[in-house]
Amino acid sequence: MTDATTTPMAGRPAKGKSLLKADERTRKRNAAESRFKAYGLAAVLVGVFFLLALLWAIVQNGAPAFTQTFVNLNVELDEARLDKNGNRNIDDIKKVSTFGYNPLIKDALIRATADMQTAVEEGELDKILSSSVGAIVRDRVIANPDLIGQSVEFRFLASSRVDGYLKGRVSREDLVRDKNLDAAHLDLIDLMVDEGSVERVFNWDFITGLDASESRPEQAGIGVAMLGSLFMMLVVLVLALPIGVAASIYLEEFAKQNRFTDLIEVNISNLAAVPSIVFGILGLAVFIQFAHLPQSAPIVGGLTLTLMTLPTIVISTRASLKSVPPSIRDAALGVGASKMQTVFHHVLPLAMPGILTGTIIGLAQALGETAPLLLIGMVGYIATNYPDGVASGFLDPNSAMPAQIYEWAKRADPAYYERAWGGIIILLLFLMTMNFIAIILRRRFERRW
Amino acid sequence: MSSTFIFLIVLVLAVLGFFGTKQRALASGGGDRRTLHSLPNYYGINAALAAAVPALVVLAAWLVVQPIVVDRVIGAELPAATAEDRGARSLVLADVRRVADGLDLAVSQGVMSDGEASNLSADSNDIRERLGAVGVALGSDVDARTLRLAQDYRDYARLGAILKTIVVIAVAVIGLSIAYRMTDKDFRARNYVERAVMLLLIASASVAVLTTVGIILSLIFNTLAFFDSFPTADFFFGTRWEPSFSGRGGASDLGFLPLIWGTLFISFIALTVAVPIGLFAAIYLSEYASNTVRSIAKPMLEVLAGIPTIVYGLFALLTVGPLLLDVFGNDGILGVNWMSGGTAAMTAGLVMGIMLIPFVSSLSDDIINAVPQTMRDGSLGLGATHSETVKQVILPAALPGIVGAILLAASRAIGETMIVVLGAGAAASLSLNPFEAMTTVTAKIVAQLTGDGEFNSPETLVAFALGITLFVITLGLNVAALYIVRKYREQYE
Repeated sequence: MTDATTTPMAGRPAKGKSLLKADERTRKRNAAESRFKAYGLAAVLVGVFFLLALLWAIVQNGAPAFTQTFVNLNVELDEARLDKNGNRNIDDIKKVSTFGYNPLIKDALIRATADMQTAVEEGELDKILSSSVGAIVRDRVIANPDLIGQSVEFRFLASSRVDGYLKGRVSREDLVRDKNLDAAHLDLIDLMVDEGSVERVFNWDFITGLDASESRPEQAGIGVAMLGSLFMMLVVLVLALPIGVAASIYLEEFAKQNRFTDLIEVNISNLAAVPSIVFGILGLAVFIQFAHLPQSAPIVGGLTLTLMTLPTIVISTRASLKSVPPSIRDAALGVGASKMQTVFHHVLPLAMPGILTGTIIGLAQALGETAPLLLIGMVGYIATNYPDGVASGFLDPNSAMPAQIYEWAKRADPAYYERAWGGIIILLLFLMTMNFIAIILRRRFERRW
Repeated sequence: MSSTFIFLIVLVLAVLGFFGTKQRALASGGGDRRTLHSLPNYYGINAALAAAVPALVVLAAWLVVQPIVVDRVIGAELPAATAEDRGARSLVLADVRRVADGLDLAVSQGVMSDGEASNLSADSNDIRERLGAVGVALGSDVDARTLRLAQDYRDYARLGAILKTIVVIAVAVIGLSIAYRMTDKDFRARNYVERAVMLLLIASASVAVLTTVGIILSLIFNTLAFFDSFPTADFFFGTRWEPSFSGRGGASDLGFLPLIWGTLFISFIALTVAVPIGLFAAIYLSEYASNTVRSIAKPMLEVLAGIPTIVYGLFALLTVGPLLLDVFGNDGILGVNWMSGGTAAMTAGLVMGIMLIPFVSSLSDDIINAVPQTMRDGSLGLGATHSETVKQVILPAALPGIVGAILLAASRAIGETMIVVLGAGAAASLSLNPFEAMTTVTAKIVAQLTGDGEFNSPETLVAFALGITLFVITLGLNVAALYIVRKYREQYE
């Protein structure tokens, strides 16, 4: 095709050429053309396929985390066991430990399953329940001692394996070598489901709850980690937005072209590409090792993420400042405003939608970031208490959503994998909402000049 | 007085200053604002800034400097042998701090009186038990020296707090009164305020520089500490990575080569996935696709870029890994038995490739769109088909930009952490088999810094040496990529 000088072209039929019928060479070129186009289309489809596969995996694996299996039982709160003196003295009642309640629950189970055909021994019945049930009954009794002597209906968490069985994660074959549950238990569960005392309901505790220890996945929730993320995002918002906007205003509106300005510009563009884990190292060395801020605290996470988000905010703010036309500046200067007044009274308000969009996107990026948080210790079994207040929310050890998901993914029990996927659904919902707000802001308020 | 309280006092002073000075300015102009040099609010803002900014800077500096000074003073009281050994010194100081904090807590909860806390002696009272009662767990009994130092520590800390309160509030008051005294109808308040705002803007812009300096300093100092206790050559040329946490120092092999091999290998797999798919997708979307297809497919691909890496990590660990194991593993569909576990270089590389697709495609898209339309028209006008135009005109013209995009993607791949932490396995190996577990620089930084090791042991400090190599590599790639992209852009604009 490029060899226009070679005449006549080899293999070119001299006669019988028709405009209506493509010759061999044209056909080849056209075939190459459609092949090339097909490759492109295939690439797009592969990309879209990966996205759909990822979303499918998330929904498929994560949705079960939002329901949980409960066992409804009537427990006789036997006075002889819980309050020997019979005088409802709260201190005496507190002396009965969690273990003291377990026999009551066992009795309740025996009664509930009395008319069912089961191969499970009576002593093994309580394996279908979470190991947390004793504490639940005890807390309820201590909160309300008058319940003693009555028969009270409780809704207990089923053990994670029973839950897994009803969700199709655990099968009878899996239980052959499992010392926590037998196939006989599952037969019993089938009967109890038919009878209605075992049911799966929406699990609010997953969304609002605390992390639980390795052996009790049925109890674990992401609520405290969510609070940790919230406090971190507050720090990021309060620091990164003003600093980022101020830096961009300086660079875009005031800075003279000199070495110092160049240095800052180069720094910002490089920081935007530094791997996030390096910011984690920075946070560890500067905020914890040097400044002795408390380890694992959301404030340290927030400071670290601030430094990480700053370049993103600066870059988007500068872009939106740049998009305000010079005529606005000229007009303001023309009627006697100072340079500073021009920027703060006229340019900045017009650039605000763009700045907010950039900030929200930066925050969304910070919300999903995990690696730096691992280095400053926001991982492990730490999201176990609700913060006592605002100060404690910033300063006490806490986890964050992505770090909590990582923590669950590392645990050995497959029941925790389901929690991790569920956590991802929540995290992605937050990110989607933030991006959605950013898009709306851009659509509604951004002006095209 | 707590720092929060001081902060609030300074703020109150600033607000009072704002209104007071504004009134004074108006009064000096006889109530007629037209006689003032600046708008009345500027006088107020000037006073508020004069009160708040220097005082808050002093407060922040004090918060950073005081612990360092107190540590040094307490450190000077230690016996020479302990003071010289860095590890021992920091251990003793940490003990002292913990006891002092415990005493503070005990006093604040009313378990101990203040005088009692200052006069405790180590042999008469069971301090460990009493502090345990308020929730401060101590590893061992408190010896007399630690207790005395802890009491000194409390004294210094209290002295510092009093001085801090006085100095900060004094600075605020002095600033405020100077601004108040200067206020007068001819005072050029706006110019002062604008100069101050300018300084704040410059300070904000300098945060970026400070961050870089912070990164470099924290990496360099800890890396030097690492090379003090570990031979440099063994790190850079060692072929085994086997850190031991039990036998501290000396017993570990901390060779860099298997880690960088794993990093490059996984990044290479990722790029083999991402570059063809991303590039073809970009070509299709910018050259062939109709507007409808483009407006649907482009955002969908970009969603892939917005998904957090932890999600990809979980996808690698729990979905892709088992899937690959079913195909290539023992008793797999292919029956080849190449793979023995779900976490492997292939797993991480594949998923990382998916993550990088939108990165490559959107950068390439921009670059392809930047090729002038006249070049396309010229080629098409000579009779070339569309694909021939793309292959022989557009891609050569866009090549530097595309190379830049690939370098940026490579830098992302090398610095990526969560996917490899979850998907690549933990064993460091110098293998050529992509289905074997491998580990990377970033995964080992996480492993070494989240372990239980002593901070000053080489096993922990090695993470900083790894961090600095990572920083240098990614920075180099970025600078090269930006240089190439910028040079290319100049050609057509």
